[in-house]
Amino acid sequence: MASTSTDLDRLIRHDRVHGSLYRDPAIFDAELEKIWYRTWVYVGHESEVANADDFVMKSIGPQPVIMTRGRSGDINLLLNRCPHRGNQVCTAPRGNAKTFTCPYHNWTFANDGRLTAYAFPAGYDGQDMSRLGLGRVPRVASYRGFVFGSFAAEGPSLEEHLGGAAETIDRLCEASPEGEVEITAGFLQHRVKANWKFVLENETDGYHPAFVHASIFSVADSGIGALYGAKSTALSRDYGNGHTEVDLRPEFRRIGQPMAWFGTTADRVPDYVAKMKRSHGERKAREIMTDGTPHVMIFPNLFIAEIQIFVLQARGVDDTVQHVTALQLKGAPDLNRRLRQQTMGSVGPAGFLLADDSEMYERTQRGVQSRNPEWLYLGRGQHRERRDENGYQVAHATDELPQRGIWRHYRTLMEAA
Amino acid sequence: MAIGDGALLKRIEQFIYREARLQDEHRYDEWEALWTDDAIYWVPANGDDIDPDQHMSIIYDNRSRIGVRVRQLLSGKRLAQEPRSRLRHLVTNIELVGCRAGEISAACNVMVFESNLRDATIWAARTDYVLREENGALKMARKKVALVNNDKPLYTLSFLI
Repeated sequence: MASTSTDLDRLIRHDRVHGSLYRDPAIFDAELEKIWYRTWVYVGHESEVANADDFVMKSIGPQPVIMTRGRSGDINLLLNRCPHRGNQVCTAPRGNAKTFTCPYHNWTFANDGRLTAYAFPAGYDGQDMSRLGLGRVPRVASYRGFVFGSFAAEGPSLEEHLGGAAETIDRLCEASPEGEVEITAGFLQHRVKANWKFVLENETDGYHPAFVHASIFSVADSGIGALYGAKSTALSRDYGNGHTEVDLRPEFRRIGQPMAWFGTTADRVPDYVAKMKRSHGERKAREIMTDGTPHVMIFPNLFIAEIQIFVLQARGVDDTVQHVTALQLKGAPDLNRRLRQQTMGSVGPAGFLLADDSEMYERTQRGVQSRNPEWLYLGRGQHRERRDENGYQVAHATDELPQRGIWRHYRTLMEAA
Repeated sequence: MAIGDGALLKRIEQFIYREARLQDEHRYDEWEALWTDDAIYWVPANGDDIDPDQHMSIIYDNRSRIGVRVRQLLSGKRLAQEPRSRLRHLVTNIELVGCRAGEISAACNVMVFESNLRDATIWAARTDYVLREENGALKMARKKVALVNNDKPLYTLSFLI
């Protein structure tokens, strides 16, 4: 196991990481224990269980998790394993149910996990039913509708974990005239034969788009390409705790056109613009519509990519699923239709962008099977790191500051007792 | 044109086989020419009968987006297809489903064997066509490819299915 500090000292340097971190099954097992089953992991959004007794099947790493909304409105994260003999109690991807009944011996559980009945109860005379409920993710917390779970009964709060990156979620929600986003369009599930950390690192890699996405930039002028050029004023940012951002606002402020971030103009989405002005006031609305929504990777698995979210699921050392869907801004139907259309075009297994990113993940996974050089070099832009006005490290959008920040936090988690 | 017309069925079969071959052989321009101007190319996700205007599909291209897809493949820089997948579509169970107002509905089962840098992948689908006669040739007004496993995590699908 590579879980001791000595081992990690050998494998993670400030500007390079060892190839075995992506291919060693023992390291993957250690990551499940130290990261996926400990830190705050994004699970789902409250709008996916909008009504009492709604449920939806989610996951934390390889483990299925049933996200339910109880009658009182509280959200539960339940493990899909009957406490009797281990059978899965739910096979539906979503639905509305007050109870889950295990098909094996008919034990029945309320949607908060409590065991409410077992068949032929005389056989359990004297048993304490309260000790035989479904397993639960012990800590559940939401930030502006985004639901996270932690398998650690104690530890930093979700607010502490999100730290400065919480502001990026605020920024996203502000783009809705009602201050809320919704997840209602269903997920595409895109599988890659690659380690989850290649996906994680790529989400805030501003160096690759000019090359990996050259094909689509050359045939559909989206304006995205220029944001990631050598002359771009966009920034990469390390919020700490593994959260990283490519901050495109400097470019959009330079352009100075509301809705340019969305590849359109204000006069083409008049209803949205009117509502935004009503909710936020003229000046603030213009600011929000100019800045656009964030491009931020919340460690370890929630990527907010301006118009969509990706939820990363690590299933094996070289088996990762990207669950992706369009963001929907509450109160903005005219924008939401475009958000869905653009998301379908760009991401998922056949996406104009993501098919090529995913090709890179898989080739990189095969690449690191070669033993020499042993390291991956993450040194780009070290000489131009600086602190922003809030004290966070920033560098050029194409620099590898985010990747260095991710690995610094990774090492902290993996070295923790 | 009538549904019981054996000659029409033969013609539909030949059209579907040819479309499959153009896909297998990456003959993108010829494939694009098979579409009508109002075409829809649809590969649903999470079921076969979802509402594509409300829910995510793997592909939901109008005619203009079909053109973008083809131009991206032709750019020589579509990394997920450089090198190109080796492909063979196997098409069976072709049925003529209906003929109405100049539109012919046909359906078939399709299995695709793909070999690329990752590995070999087998794709299976029910495919529905709406075809129209234009200037003496059949054109696709609508093609829907309902993958058997469209509710599961899927590897990259960067070829024309």
